[in-house]
Amino acid sequence: MHFNDGEISTAYTAYIVRKTGFTLAMSGGLAMMLILAISLGAVHIPFTDVVKTLAGASVTRQFDIIVWNIRLPQTLTAIVAGAGLAVAGAVMQSVLKNPLGSPLTLGISHAAAFGAALSVMVMGSGSMASSLSDAVTITNPYITTSAAFLFSMLAAGIITLVARIRNASPEVMVLTGVALGSLFTAATMLLQFFADDVQLSAMVFWTFGDVARTSWKELSFLAIVTLVSLVYFMANAWNYNATDTGDETARGIGVRVERVRLMGMMMASLVSSVIISFVGIIGFVGLVAPHMVRRLIGDDHRFLLPATAATGGLLLLASDTVARLVLSPHILPVSVLTSFLGAPMFIYLIIKGYRR
Amino acid sequence: MILKIDDLAFGYSSRPTLDKISFTVKRGEITVILGPNGVGKTTLLKCINAILKPSKGDVLVDGDAIASLDTLAIAKRIGYVAQYSEPSRVTAFDAILMGRRPHIRWRVSDKDLKIVDSAIKRLGLDHLALKYVDQMSGGELQKISLARALVQETDLLLLDEPTSSLDLKNQTEILALIKRVVKEHRVAGVMTMHDLNSALRYGDNYLFLKNGTIYGAGKVDEISPAMVESVYGIGVEILRHNGYPVIIPKDWPIERAA
Repeated sequence: MHFNDGEISTAYTAYIVRKTGFTLAMSGGLAMMLILAISLGAVHIPFTDVVKTLAGASVTRQFDIIVWNIRLPQTLTAIVAGAGLAVAGAVMQSVLKNPLGSPLTLGISHAAAFGAALSVMVMGSGSMASSLSDAVTITNPYITTSAAFLFSMLAAGIITLVARIRNASPEVMVLTGVALGSLFTAATMLLQFFADDVQLSAMVFWTFGDVARTSWKELSFLAIVTLVSLVYFMANAWNYNATDTGDETARGIGVRVERVRLMGMMMASLVSSVIISFVGIIGFVGLVAPHMVRRLIGDDHRFLLPATAATGGLLLLASDTVARLVLSPHILPVSVLTSFLGAPMFIYLIIKGYRR
Repeated sequence: MILKIDDLAFGYSSRPTLDKISFTVKRGEITVILGPNGVGKTTLLKCINAILKPSKGDVLVDGDAIASLDTLAIAKRIGYVAQYSEPSRVTAFDAILMGRRPHIRWRVSDKDLKIVDSAIKRLGLDHLALKYVDQMSGGELQKISLARALVQETDLLLLDEPTSSLDLKNQTEILALIKRVVKEHRVAGVMTMHDLNSALRYGDNYLFLKNGTIYGAGKVDEISPAMVESVYGIGVEILRHNGYPVIIPKDWPIERAA
């Protein structure tokens, strides 16, 4: 066939520039929010000093410690976790052909909570400490994190396994996820029923998402996993666009639909499991961020995925900053805030016009 | 001979959905696959482009067995317009550009953009190019699906009831477009259809399926009322009007009673 009289459409080129511009603007906003978030807190650090400290020019020793040891790891964790959860949510929504796709709605978070609760109960990884701000601590975070990760991957594994048996149909994945969610919720309740006071508070404490739990070492691990998954998802952007158009059409242009669906689901589960295991349950970012971006720039995954990553990072960073400041000196769990902000925003989006 | 189907069967051996299907398709010709609901027309199309795996027989495209090609190689040889597509919020340009996916290695090239632009102009979709697909009508969607299959630049087009949900004007427009593309570009079209009048008007060859196998095949002018009656179980007359054959169903017993 010969379609040889075409030109490169300038209108289309301009359109691509506009879409890319959105992601750049979001990233710019994210960078500004980062400086603002580092500057705000119990000790106020002026913007210029934040920038100087980040650039390596030491202003005061106190600022150095606050910026490099406390606020930067926390803010970057918020960005990485927000970006990872949001991108995982966007991919799950596409792969599952369901607007409710997100780590929280698929039972992966509940499975992680059960794993953490089990480790507290069985391996005694939680205890009460007497510090004022953090009454309860997880004494052995590695055991708790590993248990949470193990169980969330187990949930993801069961979802993919059932999907494999039933031809990777989206409905099967969603229904299995919902079933697992209630199963793990019930199992966690059972553990809580038999737990003593200390164990119970440690279990509940773990489920409060908190981005201040990570050190540089854990942060770099989170960042690598999130980055690798983002690259993988971007490489599959055309495949997700194609499956959005319908499975038959996608197969017609050479997409191996079942494979794309299973691998996408596995990667999205992996990245969300890792994040949840380290920072606890943070709801709504994975659900709301992709929907906000879809409304603004559409469903084309070439633009949707990077823009969603930036938006998710921005949302969680902003929420965490507010959570640190709003009842200062008390620090609210950030997951409370994301849900308080997320639920009304989500209802607003639904009323404005439901979109996948 | 662009397409050769040789003794194809699909389904379990005890009760196959399709059996003993053999036919050939030449360049520059449209073959319409006709037959009652549920006879396996769509299944046959899916067997041709290897979405479904036949239990027996060969599908040869340009002499190569389709079973020996990988999915991308198949997508470079066969364009497929599915019966339904699910509109998402992407622009028409991007929806059509998706058809270039089998050819895209790392990133979209200038050549891809030029081909899409050319197809958009050829199909008269200029005004829709940057509009979102999820805001379009059924007719516009179908044209975009057709354009997507065309930019795959294949020698064979499979179309699954391309006009089933369209009004009269859109039906005529789409079928005329398909016919023009097939003649101008010397490609081959295989199309499943329900509307016998459109089949007679736009098809070159026909294939009647009945009970999972071929009941009759040949040039569309050779379709006889007796053949239609035995395939669909309803009596018809075939008239000629302004050079076009027209099929008119005879009265159904209920009408006569009333």
